[in-house]
Amino acid sequence: MTQTRQPILEGRKITVRFGPGCDYCRSHPEIEKGRCPHCHTIWAVRDVDFQLYPGEILGIVGESGSGKSTLLRTLYFDRPATQGEAYLSLYHQGQANILEASSQQKRYLRNHLMGMVYQNPTMGLRMRLSSGANVAEKLIAAGNRNAGQMIGRSQQLLRHVEIPVERMKDPPCVFSGGMQQRVQISKATANNPPILLLDEVTTGLDLSVQAKVLDLIRSIQKELGIAMMIVSHDLGVIRMMADRTMVMLGGRVVEEGLTDQILEDPLHAYTQTLVSSLL
Amino acid sequence: MLKIDQLSKHFIMHIRNDAKIEGFDGISFAVQAGELVAITGPSGSGKSSLLKCIYRTYTPTGGDVYYTDSQGQTVNLAKVEPWEIIRLRNKEIGYVSQFFSVIPRVSALDILTSTQTARGVAQGEARERAAEYLEKVGISPSLWDMYPATFSGGEKQRLNIANALITKPRMLLLDEPTASLDARSKEWVMDLILALKAEGTAMVGVFHDEIAIRTLADHRFEMQSKQMVPVDQEKDYVDEEWFEVYANG
Repeated sequence: MTQTRQPILEGRKITVRFGPGCDYCRSHPEIEKGRCPHCHTIWAVRDVDFQLYPGEILGIVGESGSGKSTLLRTLYFDRPATQGEAYLSLYHQGQANILEASSQQKRYLRNHLMGMVYQNPTMGLRMRLSSGANVAEKLIAAGNRNAGQMIGRSQQLLRHVEIPVERMKDPPCVFSGGMQQRVQISKATANNPPILLLDEVTTGLDLSVQAKVLDLIRSIQKELGIAMMIVSHDLGVIRMMADRTMVMLGGRVVEEGLTDQILEDPLHAYTQTLVSSLL
Repeated sequence: MLKIDQLSKHFIMHIRNDAKIEGFDGISFAVQAGELVAITGPSGSGKSSLLKCIYRTYTPTGGDVYYTDSQGQTVNLAKVEPWEIIRLRNKEIGYVSQFFSVIPRVSALDILTSTQTARGVAQGEARERAAEYLEKVGISPSLWDMYPATFSGGEKQRLNIANALITKPRMLLLDEPTASLDARSKEWVMDLILALKAEGTAMVGVFHDEIAIRTLADHRFEMQSKQMVPVDQEKDYVDEEWFEVYANG
């Protein structure tokens, strides 16, 4: 009766653990804050299952230390997963676990199929290279070797995020926070990836700059139909951007559903606390 | 097109010592294409909660909501996967909320245009129809390029309704669509709803306004102690004399 739909990215039982783990914490998945009181192992992400469908925005909310950023960084191979599997439908027809791919294959995935925008621009950008070179770096990584073409494409990408062409030669370190985020976005989308991961991209920016960055992300999403995972602790950002939302606590997903359902009819005690904290 | 079977909703407030708030219980009714079912009842009786359960903003506690989509497939909105709900909301199910909330920093004309382009209408045609609908609900052309955050309550509500009606949804849920509107705006909105009904849209609406109910509704129910009780429209539900006075201003 109901149709099935293939996710573009699917995570199964993803776990990221810092520490050896002991019998107690292995058998108690709901330990407080994901930290074992006996062996002090931190279960940053624990048994997380998720599906990201083509063209949708999946929001991930939760308090600091709930594992949202760790999950995103694991998917972008910034840190290894302790356990679990992730499948990307455009990679080996979704049959190969990308978390176990070779480093060469991971580079391919990062450069062609996924983009990442970090909260801290120093993680996503080379602050002392020119902005144009930052974007071109991604193009080179994807096998582009024609300098003229690359300059043209970098200009086009930076213009798209409203960085004036005359500032292309300036390094991001002389830019404002909002501009740095915009350079990161153009770098992350340089090779038209079908998936974009965004980690607290507006945290620390002032309100008007926040609005500009969010508007930009929304317009890019609409235009290119990219599927996005947006991590934020700001429910306002999630309300505005996400189709579906996952709520994380102590490394685990405690609730997921339509964004309006999560915000208006939260079922889990933690989500109710979170939503009731909205100003 | 829509068949609601033994639907119930209650809320458990974990942050208030697991207090239980009763919404409604065991509600069943059906809506055919081109029909409007009006629900009345005092504030807090669960009318809006019922609409939100159908739209899945609320997760029903029990019961089923069967909806037959444009391809003739019947889905249970109460239990189907969220992505299926998103697909139906984007394509065929509309909702006019009591309180208007839109994407900030987008002009009225752009809101109505992008609602249509998201459903595959060409940009030029979408813009033309957007202007036509803004005119139909009586929003002055000087406001078309403004952000709705600056609009008055009634203007926001009319834009809200235009935005829901412009896509001609197959099913439309209306939460007090004519509340806070002046008499003229109310007429504009009722005309639009009638036109949509004539095209076969099934509707469920919460109303307080007697004139709107009498003009629009095919069936009428009242929420009484968590249940939905049918009201015979032919009977003198309201005092006719009072109604005359009210209707004639």
